[in-house]
Formats: sequence, structure tokens, C-alpha cells
Amino acid sequence: MDPKTLSRRNFLGLAAGTAATVALAGCGSSGPSDKGSSGGGGGAAAGAATYWFLTGPPGEDIRQGSVDRFNQANPNAKITATTFANDAYKTKIKTAIGAGQAPTIIWGWGGGGLRSYVQASQVEDLTSWFAENAAVKDRLFPSSFGAATIDGKIYAMPAETVQPIVLYWNKKLFDKVGAEPPQSWDDLMSLVPKFNSAGVAPISLGGQSRWTNMMWLEFLFDRIGGPEVFQAVFDGEKDAWSNPASIEGLTKAQELIKANGFVKGFSSITADSNADQALLYTGKAAMMLHGTWTYGNMKEAGGDFVSGGNLGYMNFPAVDGGKGDLSNTVGNPGQYYSISSKATPEAKETAKKFFATAVLSDAEVKEWTDNGAIPIVKGTGSQLSASKDADFLTFVYDTASNAKVFAQSWDQALSPTAAEKLLDNIAKLFQLSITPQQFADNMNQVIGQ
Amino acid sequence: MTTLAPPAAPGTRRTTSTGGRSGSVAWMALPALLVFVAFGVVPLLGVLFLSFTSWDGIGVIKPTGLVSWRAVLADPGLLHALWVTFVIMALSWLVQTPASLLLGVFLAGHQRYREFLAVLFFIPLLLSSVAIAITYKALLDPNFGLGAGLHIPLLVQDWLGEARLAMGVIIFVVSWQFIPFHTLIYQGAVRQIPRSMYEAAQLDGAGRVRMFFRITLPQLKYTIITSSTLMVVGSLVFFDLIFVLTEGGPGDATRNLALDMYKRGFQANLMGQASAIALILVLVALALALLLRRIGGGSSSTSQLEGV
Repeated sequence: MDPKTLSRRNFLGLAAGTAATVALAGCGSSGPSDKGSSGGGGGAAAGAATYWFLTGPPGEDIRQGSVDRFNQANPNAKITATTFANDAYKTKIKTAIGAGQAPTIIWGWGGGGLRSYVQASQVEDLTSWFAENAAVKDRLFPSSFGAATIDGKIYAMPAETVQPIVLYWNKKLFDKVGAEPPQSWDDLMSLVPKFNSAGVAPISLGGQSRWTNMMWLEFLFDRIGGPEVFQAVFDGEKDAWSNPASIEGLTKAQELIKANGFVKGFSSITADSNADQALLYTGKAAMMLHGTWTYGNMKEAGGDFVSGGNLGYMNFPAVDGGKGDLSNTVGNPGQYYSISSKATPEAKETAKKFFATAVLSDAEVKEWTDNGAIPIVKGTGSQLSASKDADFLTFVYDTASNAKVFAQSWDQALSPTAAEKLLDNIAKLFQLSITPQQFADNMNQVIGQ
Repeated sequence: MTTLAPPAAPGTRRTTSTGGRSGSVAWMALPALLVFVAFGVVPLLGVLFLSFTSWDGIGVIKPTGLVSWRAVLADPGLLHALWVTFVIMALSWLVQTPASLLLGVFLAGHQRYREFLAVLFFIPLLLSSVAIAITYKALLDPNFGLGAGLHIPLLVQDWLGEARLAMGVIIFVVSWQFIPFHTLIYQGAVRQIPRSMYEAAQLDGAGRVRMFFRITLPQLKYTIITSSTLMVVGSLVFFDLIFVLTEGGPGDATRNLALDMYKRGFQANLMGQASAIALILVLVALALALLLRRIGGGSSSTSQLEGV
């Protein structure tokens, strides 16, 4: 055989192979689609829907349980679930929505992220559906609808649990130094030198995660100036961060840092590693401001710390002369399920049926309370007393249901662009590398973005 | 394959044969070229286009002219990120080059224990950056890390929470991870240096230090340039290690260009600005690679073995 023809044939083969690889790669990147091809078998595919949500205990099993119950009851309109880890999901869902490949049901946090989907017309307006299905709406906490509502219209189904942020304290350490839980900011500041001289860090903080620092500012702003201070930022009012209450809150946070209120090296600690919780339950720090979602881990990892009754918890104390109502709280008022506007009408129907019949069904509600969480359904208060964690659950239920204002965490409420800028400046504020005034100036620039 | 042709009629055959050879060489480049165009040039053009939009990653892509470029170029964060990138590049080069050069020369010897040491030295190369970063993060934890566990006060520092310390940690971990790779390059290059040179130097009465500076170092000139190019261009895109260790923190003390790009694009939903930064990164990398080639004399075909 002539060697030249051989090499030409080889080359053609290679070229064809390359083209095929490119074509295959193109197919591969399209990812799961909601066109019904991957749904249930046989002729049932017409109403098949897809649903992406987060992994991690206890939520993953409970979410999957609701999907399984729904699929059993509706063999003709199945929901296919795909799960992702938290950080991966946040990037993945944005990319999928941007590429027009979103799942039928989009699991999310409401607020600013939801607003960006709404502005891109990527999610269904559910206002009229909730009007027609008033029973679905009326059984949920009214406060949970705030973060689902954009410009007066509801774009998501509030779901799962309410997670206020509370001030935890280590009772053993308070007994050791003979201190009482702080009833005011001044109390808190006077506890700082007491604990420091006893060789214990006054407050645990996972400062590298940035949103952990933000929780302190959220409460300071509320207690000093009321929820109106942040509301003005959210509404895009000019120079809203320069409000005297905002400057006072930022100043108080820096005073606490300068007084060594937070554990030494807090900027090296991440919340993801749960090292901040470990500081509290190992007796290295006396207090911690954190979400109620940390309770389960402290109970599991902390030995007899929680079961031995050493964990104290309370709502954030008052700031003398402040305007904020003491019942106000901050945190996650719920999770938010939206429907992709790109889904087929049949898939959308399946999703709505799922919202009405499976989300927060009695079985799901029980699973949440068994796991030490408060679902956003009214009237579960009486069920809680039977739980092993009755005291804590009742406290969370009361905090959430009695709150005059249950504000959403700032980074979830703002648009992703403004939230990133906010977290960035909060990190610098806690590094003491910018002043409260510089913080306000930097943040005023991105108001309304 | 054409070289297998019978050597008949050399005069005329030669020209056709070389012509045929260059033709077949061009073919062989085509598959690689296709892949490069599909996965290198096309995405780059996409990024170029995106940099002239204000896409949020979710909605419709609408061109907005120079809005994103203006926002990026007017942001003091860009200069800061460039500075951080440069500091990481310069410091990690300064630490890695002497260390890997000396280790490479040491390991080029043929004693048996050196082979064993070589295996030990190469272990960091086998680990993924993320695993390394997570491990170091745990070791450096001020409350539960190595220092606290062994009660060594010197090791209990706010390693990742103080700007200078965090930068130092990153340089250290980067060096720890990549010195083995560059050591490998130097080891290979040192073994290529003809023994006769050293024998001649020994006859002339040169000591070890003198041989190192007069023979080894000059002979490694091109290897140093190659290794430096890899280090410099590689350090431009350090992402995973910094992302896990500090996430660019504390504040923005370790936020290099790659991290700035990711944060703008995927956390702040500013794909237009992220694309502009990506292009700046490409330009900086190209400029640096060209500069290093210039320093190397450009013509790596000149032999270093003249007269041997």
C-alpha cells in the first residue's frame, strides 16, 4: 500500500474523530432538560417535571421523601429530583437558568436572587394561583411571603422551615465568671473584659465567611434604628447607608472588635467547618450569634453540651435608646420554590400540584419537627411539646411567630451584585481597614443595583 | 514515511520529498488546531463579545458597548488585584527558583539514598490543590490547629486573618506544592550536562561551588527560563488554592485577578466585567510569556554545547 494514502486516511479519521468529539461535547453540556425526555417511563412523560435541590442532612431526605410520596400518588406525572451541594448549586442553577436549561422547580432563597430571575422573566408569576388556592397560602406563616414577593407579585412558594438568628451562650462559662446573660448592649460590652480576664473568648465568630459578621450588623441596625434602616437600603433610597443609626451600628460593631469581643483570629475561621460552633461547645467561647440551623450540629457534635442543658439561647438584646422592637428578628423566613417559565405547560401543572399536595404535607411537617426545625406552617406549636427538643423548638417557634418584623438576611434580600459588594465591605469593616463612614460611602454607590 | 522511499535519483527527488514532508506535517497539526479553535479560540471570542455586554448570567444578552470595560477600569479593585497577582508571582518565583534549582542539582546525583529522597520530595505533587488547601487550613486554625494542639504559641497566629500572614501562607503553600515539579525539571536538565565538562574543570582545580556557578548554572540557562515561564504564567491563574484557603481575604488582601474574575462573574452576577478581566488576564499572560522568550534570547536553537 502506498504510505501516502495511508497517512491521508489516518488524518481523515482523526479529523472525523475530532469533529465527533466536538459534537459530543456540545451535546454533553446541555445538561438535564425539562422537555420530558428523562422523566417517567411509557406515555407518562407529558407531565413529567424536574426538581433540583440541596444535599445535606436533614433537609435532603425530607425533600426526597416529599417527592417520593408525590410520585407514588401521581404515577402519570412524576418528578425527577437531582441534588447538589450548597455552593455548587448556587453557581449551577444560575448557569442553567441563563442557558434556558432550568429545572421545572427551582429551589432557592427568595429575595434578591429571586428578583434577578423575575427581571429576566425566568420564573412564573404565582399570584393568581395563590388567589385561587387560598387554602395553600393561608396555612403558612404570613411573614414567609415577604421574600417571595417582588413588586407586589408572588413568584415563589414559601416552604420548609423558618430559621431565625439567635444569641447562644454557654451556661457553664457564665456560671464560672458569675455573669448573667446580657439584657442590653452595655451588658454585653461589660461581659467582654470579664470573659477575657477569665481566659475565655467572649464571642465566637467564623469571620472568614463574612455573612457571619453581617448577622451582628443586622441586629445592631434593627435594635438602634428599627427595620426601616435596612428597608431604605432595600428600597434603593439615595445615601440610605449614611443614616445616623447605620453609622452608629457600624461604630458599635468596631468598638466590640477593638475591645477584643470576638475570639482571637476570628478572620481565619470559617462557618462551613463549624469551628465557630466548636468554640462554643468546647468552652473556648462564651457566646455566639448564629442561625437556629446550628442547633442540630451542636447537639450531635457537642457531646453532652446540649443534652446536659448547658446551651442557653435568647433573642438579641436591646441597645439603650434604640428604636427597634425587641421581638424583631432576622434570618431565613423560609425556603422558596419557583416554577421555571421555560417549562412545558404540563410540567408547570405537575409542579403546582406538587406545591398544593406534597410540599409541607402533614408527613413532611412531622419530619421537620422530628429533626428539630420549625416548618413555616401555622399551628405546629402544640405538636412541639412532645419533641425531645421541646424547649428549643418552642423558643424558635415563639421567636418566629411573635416577631413584629422577621427580616430576611441582607445578603439574600439584596441583588447578587449588591450583596457581594456588601460582604466585601463587611469583611473590611471587621478587619478595621475601613471606617464606618467609608463603609457607608462605598455601599451608597451600589444602592439600587 | 516518505523517507522510506528508495534513494534513487537524489538530485530531483530531494525537492519533491521535502515538499511532501512539509505537507504531511501541516496535516498532523490540523486535529490539534481543530480542538484548539473549538475549545480555545471560540470561547475566547465569546468572552470578547461578553465583555461588551452587561449580562447578569441569567437574562437576555444585550450589547452595552464599553459599560463593563469602563466599570472594570475605573474600579480601584482592578489595580489592587493586579498588584496582588504580581506580588504572588514575584514572591513565589523568588522562593521556588533557588529552592528547586538546588534540590534539582542535589537530586541529580546518583547515590541511592537520593532516589529515595526524590520520591519523598515528589509527594506534594501528587496531591490536588484543594486537598492541600483544606489540610493547611485545618492545620493553621488558630483554635483547633497544629499550634493549639501542640501548645506552641509561635504557631498560634491569625494565619489567614491578617493580610501579610495570609499572603505568606499562600506563597508557602504554593511553593510547597510546586517546588517538586520544578525540581524534576532541573534534575533532568542537570543530568544532561556532559560529565566531561566537570572532569575538565576538576583537572583545572575548580571547586564544587565554582563548578556550580561556572558550569551548572550557565548550562541550565534555558531550563531556568522554561521553569520561570511555567511559574510566572501559572501563578497568574492561581485560583483553587487561594479560593479554599482565604477566599481572597482577609478583606481583599489576597484577591488576585482570577479570584476577582470569579467573584464578579459568579457571585456578583457581572459576567460582562468578569469577561473584561478574563481578557486582561489573557493579555498579561501573553505579554509575560513573550517577555520571557525575549530574555531567553528567543533563539533557543543556539547550542550550549559548542566546543564539547
